[in-house]
Amino acid sequence: MTEIQHIISILFVVIGIFFMFVGSVGIIRLPDFYSRTHGISKSDTLGIIFVIVGLVIYEGFTQSSLKLLLIVLFIALSNPVGTHALARAALKSGLNPFFSDDEIKEEAKK
Amino acid sequence: MDHFFLYSAVILTIIIAVPLYRVLYGPTLFDRLLATNAIATKTIVLICLIGFLFGRIDMFIDITLAYAVLGFIGSLIIAKFVSIKNVERE
Repeated sequence: MTEIQHIISILFVVIGIFFMFVGSVGIIRLPDFYSRTHGISKSDTLGIIFVIVGLVIYEGFTQSSLKLLLIVLFIALSNPVGTHALARAALKSGLNPFFSDDEIKEEAKK
Repeated sequence: MDHFFLYSAVILTIIIAVPLYRVLYGPTLFDRLLATNAIATKTIVLICLIGFLFGRIDMFIDITLAYAVLGFIGSLIIAKFVSIKNVERE
């Protein structure tokens, strides 16, 4: 039983770390602030949820695992809200996207 | 299992160090803030892994909760501050 628990936990943690690695690559490679927001917010949230759920499976039914699930809930609520507030602040203070309207129309013609 | 937590914590530290490039050379202020936010959220997972590594997860989990709340509040306040117009964005 414990072996199966460990294997599932390792699988979840590895998947979560892979998602966080994808987010870090996205914040380096993407060309624009808004696309970087798109790249890092979702993959990061999913990676954190995967890793902490893996730790919960490793821990079992204790008080600490309940607190870990509370952290999962808090991250799933707060991380997209923080990134959304940052993108909204950028849009409000006049940061233009990478593609302007003319370039989007030219791309659509091709 | 301790070895697995140690290795995943080391790999996670390397992944956390990657957005520091965007903090240093980001073209705008918002890129720097986004990278800082990403580092702060990944550090939560790192503190959890270190707690499992030391076998004191009941103590480290409270540190993690406080860190998550403080990072979220700080990120929101800074986003509210820089949304004012005519602020210098370089």
